[in-house]
Amino acid sequence: MGRKTLSAALLATTMLTVVGCSGGGTPNANETAVAPLNPNGVSGTITVLTNRTDLVQNGTMKRYAARFNRIYPEVKVEFEAITDYEGEVKIRMNTEDYGDVLLIPASIAKGDYPTFFAPLGATPTMKETYRFTDKTDVDGRTYGIAAFGTANGFVYNKALWKRAGITGWPTSPREFLDDLKAVGEKTGATPYYTNFKDGWPLSSPWTNSIGSVSCDSQASDKLSAIDKPWRKGSDLNVIDTLLHDIVHAKLSEKDPSTTNWESSKTLLAKGEIGSMLLGSWAVTQLRDAAEKAGENPDDIGFMPFPHQSDGQFCATLVSDYQMAVNIHSEHKPAARAWIDWFTEKSGYSAHEGAVSALKSEPLPGTLEDYVDNDVKLVERSEAKTAEVNAIDNASEIGLNKQDYRQKLVDIARGAQDGSLEDYFDDLDRRWAEAARTAGS
Amino acid sequence: MTRTTTSTAAPPPAAPHPGERRTRRSAGRPRTWRDHPLRRVTPWLFLLVPLALLVTFTYVPVGNMIYYSFTDWDGVSPDRHHVGADNYVQLFTRPELFRVFAVSLYYLAASVVQIAIALWFATVLSFDLRFRNLFKGILFFPYLINGVAIGFVFLYFFQDGGTLDAILSFLGAGTDHAWLGDPESANTSLAGVSVWRFTGLNFVLFLGAIQSVPGELYEAAQLDGATRRQQFRHIIVPGIRPVLSLSVILAISGSLSVFEIPYIMTGGATGTSTFVIQTVKLAFQFNKTGLASACAVVLLLIILLITWVQRRLVPDEKVDLV
Repeated sequence: MGRKTLSAALLATTMLTVVGCSGGGTPNANETAVAPLNPNGVSGTITVLTNRTDLVQNGTMKRYAARFNRIYPEVKVEFEAITDYEGEVKIRMNTEDYGDVLLIPASIAKGDYPTFFAPLGATPTMKETYRFTDKTDVDGRTYGIAAFGTANGFVYNKALWKRAGITGWPTSPREFLDDLKAVGEKTGATPYYTNFKDGWPLSSPWTNSIGSVSCDSQASDKLSAIDKPWRKGSDLNVIDTLLHDIVHAKLSEKDPSTTNWESSKTLLAKGEIGSMLLGSWAVTQLRDAAEKAGENPDDIGFMPFPHQSDGQFCATLVSDYQMAVNIHSEHKPAARAWIDWFTEKSGYSAHEGAVSALKSEPLPGTLEDYVDNDVKLVERSEAKTAEVNAIDNASEIGLNKQDYRQKLVDIARGAQDGSLEDYFDDLDRRWAEAARTAGS
Repeated sequence: MTRTTTSTAAPPPAAPHPGERRTRRSAGRPRTWRDHPLRRVTPWLFLLVPLALLVTFTYVPVGNMIYYSFTDWDGVSPDRHHVGADNYVQLFTRPELFRVFAVSLYYLAASVVQIAIALWFATVLSFDLRFRNLFKGILFFPYLINGVAIGFVFLYFFQDGGTLDAILSFLGAGTDHAWLGDPESANTSLAGVSVWRFTGLNFVLFLGAIQSVPGELYEAAQLDGATRRQQFRHIIVPGIRPVLSLSVILAISGSLSVFEIPYIMTGGATGTSTFVIQTVKLAFQFNKTGLASACAVVLLLIILLITWVQRRLVPDEKVDLV
């Protein structure tokens, strides 16, 4: 009898667990989340998931919500700030409870968007108004609107570079390295800071530069069709060689294993660090840091990747996280209303110094240098992102992860065996192999 | 609790043989709780909550994990396909996935040091000593701190110009070494942090075991003129052998599954990646949940195997000192 009771108890708990996991009706995948025509007619409480813990903590998001309420008085907006956004939201998406408005985690395969998000409109129409729509286009429908876009380049301390006797932007990686050397020798500052420990500054800013070198908006898409992304002269080869050479020539920080992103901002503002490769969004943060440190915010400059095609600098323009509506949301109109208001009326992207998702908005002040110097902005195409990501994951290289560039830095500074050529060959081999298995 | 109430409620029957119950009941005596059909279920009712927790949070996830290890699930997508033993085949045909176990050797060596330190302190502090309890507290304290906090604290400790460098230069031995910067010193440093953290646990286990050895034995030994060293060798060590062997098992399985300290401090960079870090990266960075589950299953099997071998080599003898 005892044994029977035990097995009954086990069975019961197992059933409970299994039942708890499934359940719930299938939502209608065709129901578009449309903004309401009458602001007063929409009500409900919506939860907005965000990775901007800082803006939630200091009350900025709450102020946005208050302004939103002036137009939509019946909608209550609640924020959930998540530090490990990618990791946490991805797991939550196994349930139905992942907010009403959320940023699409990078790990969600594009083909799965229709299972998770409500469509926001037909892509041809969305394209007229918004930038970066192809990033979330699945079968002619758009599933997300970019929170903002960002241009790629090096943030640098103008005053410091001037002290080192440099006035113009370097036009080639060779020149850039010479400039860094001059900065190091003449000022004693750390010419370049990798932010190795935090990792992400080694991943996205460098990978986002694919296209800055060749000046080709399709450069990223083309990765899905080439066997050797690191072959001589390719974007990735130029980009990663530059990182290697910077570290190899000891132009980066002495101990990369204990770097700190927050303090690096102050160090650059104070002129103790010469430059960092980041997105244009960082300019605002660094100017803030300069102000706090009692330095001149105007000393923070932004320059494109040191490479010219036909005598012209190019910089990729890429979209940040895209805001989407949960397909299980019970307040889709309210959720859509928030997204629309946030992109169009909140002034968020301008405040962050980033490029608005709206085509009609002008470029932000942080990109003044780019406009003045005629840098060509290349809007990165995302048409083949799904295929590229599939190969990338299968190869376990991780173009948007830190690991492979951390190893590159380790090789460059002699902490790990190997040479740059061998490493590139290895990456090429893994990519080619994965391209075969993950075959489109 | 039930037992006592039952016995007080029902006065001891004249003939307490279970075989006579039936006759008693048919004789028309009032039914007591003792006869209630649910009585045998009572202990299970008490076990229901812990069992439910155990099943929900241990066995169901492990079952799921084993199931995932036979699929190609990416961790999010609603559709997953059965791929048979494909993940395991892949795992065993890629030697680089097992190379990270070399890192575990650092932690294994560290755990030898850790057990030695813990044993030494436990022995010393089990004798009468001034500030004994203070020292016990100091030694056990690190184990109470959250592993994440420890990771961050030691990040500052090993930082260029951080606490360690400051202390060394104060002592006149100023170095210019990036502690977490090259694989060898990085792994040694991380293993050192793990020693700092877990010595307290071993220490408490040993101390408890030593104190359960009857005090007369020491007195008798002292009367016979045994030195401290001899007492340690012939009384303490045999007396705590089961705890010692448990510590060794924990040390080995712990060294194979090191995770939070290196993950927080270096993220597995510079050759400090361990098997669990690699598994986590496969699952959450490259969306290979199926393969990662297979890794986890293999790790589980390896640890079970090592424990089994060890139990065969060092059987659990009964301690019999007196």
